[in-house]
Amino acid sequence: MEGIEDDVGHVPLLEAEEEEEEGRRPLRLRGSYLGIFGSTVFLVSMAALIIYQGHDYYDEAKIENKGNNNNNYNKVPRGVAEGVSAKSNSFLSETTPYNWTNAMLSWQRTAFHFQPERNWMNDPNGPLFHKGWYHLFYQYNPFSAVWGNITWGHAVSRDLIHWLYLPEAIVRDMWFDINGAWSGSATLLPGGEIVMLYTGYTHQQVQVQNLAYPADASDPLLLNWVKYAKNPVMVPPPGIGPNDFRDPTTAWFGPDNKWTLTLGSMLNDSGLSLVYKTTDFINYELNDHFLHVVPGTGMWECVDFYPVSINGSVGLDTSANGPGVKHVLKASLDDTKLDYYAIGTYFIENDTWIPDDPDLDVGIGLRLDYGKYYASKSFYDQNKQRRVLWGWINESDSEVADITKGWASLQTIPRTVLYDKKTGTNLLQWPVEEIESLRLSSHEFKELLVKPGTVVPLHIGPATQLDIIAEFEIELLGSEGIVNNVEGCGVGAVERSAFGPFGILAIANDQLSELTPIYFRLSNYGNGTSTTTTTTTTSTSFCVDETRSSKAPDVSKQVFGSKVPVLNDEKLSLRVLVDHSIIESFAQGGRTVISSRVYPTEAIYGAARLFLFNNATDINIKASLKIWQLNSAFIRPFPFHDTQ
Amino acid sequence: MTNLKTTTTLFFFLFLIVMTSLPSITLGDEKLIESTCRQTPNFNLCVQSLKSFPGSATADVRGLGLIMVKVMQSKANDAINKIRELQRSAPSPALTSCASKYNAIVVGDIPEANEAFSKGMPKFAENGANDAANEATFCENGFNGRSPLTQQNNAMRDVAAITAAIARQLL
Repeated sequence: MEGIEDDVGHVPLLEAEEEEEEGRRPLRLRGSYLGIFGSTVFLVSMAALIIYQGHDYYDEAKIENKGNNNNNYNKVPRGVAEGVSAKSNSFLSETTPYNWTNAMLSWQRTAFHFQPERNWMNDPNGPLFHKGWYHLFYQYNPFSAVWGNITWGHAVSRDLIHWLYLPEAIVRDMWFDINGAWSGSATLLPGGEIVMLYTGYTHQQVQVQNLAYPADASDPLLLNWVKYAKNPVMVPPPGIGPNDFRDPTTAWFGPDNKWTLTLGSMLNDSGLSLVYKTTDFINYELNDHFLHVVPGTGMWECVDFYPVSINGSVGLDTSANGPGVKHVLKASLDDTKLDYYAIGTYFIENDTWIPDDPDLDVGIGLRLDYGKYYASKSFYDQNKQRRVLWGWINESDSEVADITKGWASLQTIPRTVLYDKKTGTNLLQWPVEEIESLRLSSHEFKELLVKPGTVVPLHIGPATQLDIIAEFEIELLGSEGIVNNVEGCGVGAVERSAFGPFGILAIANDQLSELTPIYFRLSNYGNGTSTTTTTTTTSTSFCVDETRSSKAPDVSKQVFGSKVPVLNDEKLSLRVLVDHSIIESFAQGGRTVISSRVYPTEAIYGAARLFLFNNATDINIKASLKIWQLNSAFIRPFPFHDTQ
Repeated sequence: MTNLKTTTTLFFFLFLIVMTSLPSITLGDEKLIESTCRQTPNFNLCVQSLKSFPGSATADVRGLGLIMVKVMQSKANDAINKIRELQRSAPSPALTSCASKYNAIVVGDIPEANEAFSKGMPKFAENGANDAANEATFCENGFNGRSPLTQQNNAMRDVAAITAAIARQLL
């Protein structure tokens, strides 16, 4: 701006000059006078324009906080749309300082979900089964309970439930990963070799793909890994940004006798998946077209691509193909921190994929999980012929709590993934059957009646480590033909309507001052004989309401949920895994899944209870449940000192 | 007459020089700062904060983010100093709570945001910055309307919000 000021400073000089010359040769003077005056005006107005432009308005509209930010405390709850939560504003009315006690924080640690002993974890990496052991690697910060210093943590298990910690597998010690050993996947070759491809962030701040392999393939624990000396094996191709190139998938073998893999990227806010081919995992060719692209979805992280059998009974090897096979494409959207999937057809001739329903394309359609969930990754478990899915569950509390308790983040219980042949539109996710090995005592309830506006306690003993399977029947009360066009989850379980909400209250206390409702909400209900119009359709939403999960003001408390398809011959069913500060809820056999984090201050330890509730106005509910106490998985360091 | 001619010529030369150099002075180095700050909740504070660091004129958006993290550090230090001062004269549970919140900002949020900007993972910078804004807000709320730290909390929250908005631009 200095130039402008200097300029303006020159104007007085001109005026002084004019005064001196006044009276002499009037005609000529007037001409030059006009010229000077005109230029001055022009100059000053230019200056004014530039200064004004510099301090112009700013576009506040661009700062909308998209998506599932766990620390989003808007002052006004948004209107609830399908699958989108109304964000809690309750914290602003809390005025007393909140103090987390050690008891409250210690309680939050889970009993049977995978988490490291301490510090930060994020994406699951390179899951595989090898020589009798399931392996899980994960993004890990060895030093702090926040993201940073990322290396590959490592753990093994015989059964996907009882995990044993191992030393870190991949650390940042080469120029090609010195700034980050980020996510990646394993490919198991027919001869038994394992190749691991992972994203490295180089010393020059470029995302590249690196190759690593076990130092000793006969070691069932795969303790040590070797990085290929001439890494990286893939670098951002022309046109792709150095920060838009990461998370390579497991490769699949095709009729062209090559291995193909894909990884996510973006161009001009269109999320897309690049395709590479290789025969040796060292040299790669980039396809000239993408596997798929969806405009407006932003960067695709943690892309996953795998076949599912439309017969829907077993998982498929990543290389499987043919009639009776569809392919799932999944992406984690960087912009919104949500995981989306779509079912479609893979054209192996040119390595492209299109969704069955373009309205349900990747990034705009179905989500794997409607709660706190990201960076999921599946693998083919050749041991039990199933596709198993991992997902990262971040904290929804504040970092001061994470730092105090010394850890942050969990993995879900691994889930099997199958194509839902009944609807043809959804995947079905279900906790792996090995979780049943944790079951201890059980309680069974048959057709418990829950009238409108009531809560029924379930006396099951401790209520912080549970496996709950429930079915609900609906009994219409009174008037027929009620048309009730509510959609979605409402603002939570307090919002009553004719046919919902009803379900269970988990991690609740006796006074119901803290509770987490998990519920169904129907828009209409017709049982054939009682509807007056044949055009009544029912839509069912499945929801988890965190808004009263805790009195603490500094935790995120949202309502999560989505529509769930319910077929005519199906009862409403749910399965819920309760494990301290995480609740995983599955509706209709896993058609819609919601993972939720809760941080109660009172409903902890022996004070936690389980209830049934019915907040609908026009129906009775009959609930049948089986509820197991679940043991701890005793996740601990691998006992190297024991003779094995 | 000769005087006027000389003056006029001089003036027009000056005019030319200024007109050609204007664009680079006013629009060149600062254009990125301005366009970046326009997409944050507080344009003026953003521009002022960035310009107070000499490297801002030549930084890219990621570099501007890193500078804002330094600004966050400085605001956190201000708050911590004030908290320490108050802990001597007027201790309270709310103040102790604030101390732990600002500790979390300094040992957690700021290093996370710093590393996230440096290592091209802006989503974690957004996380850290958003959390810092929240910690400052919770600290403020803890005093029931009679906070001795309003100025420091507001400053922390405002610069953190700007930092988060810059991170979002990198997603």
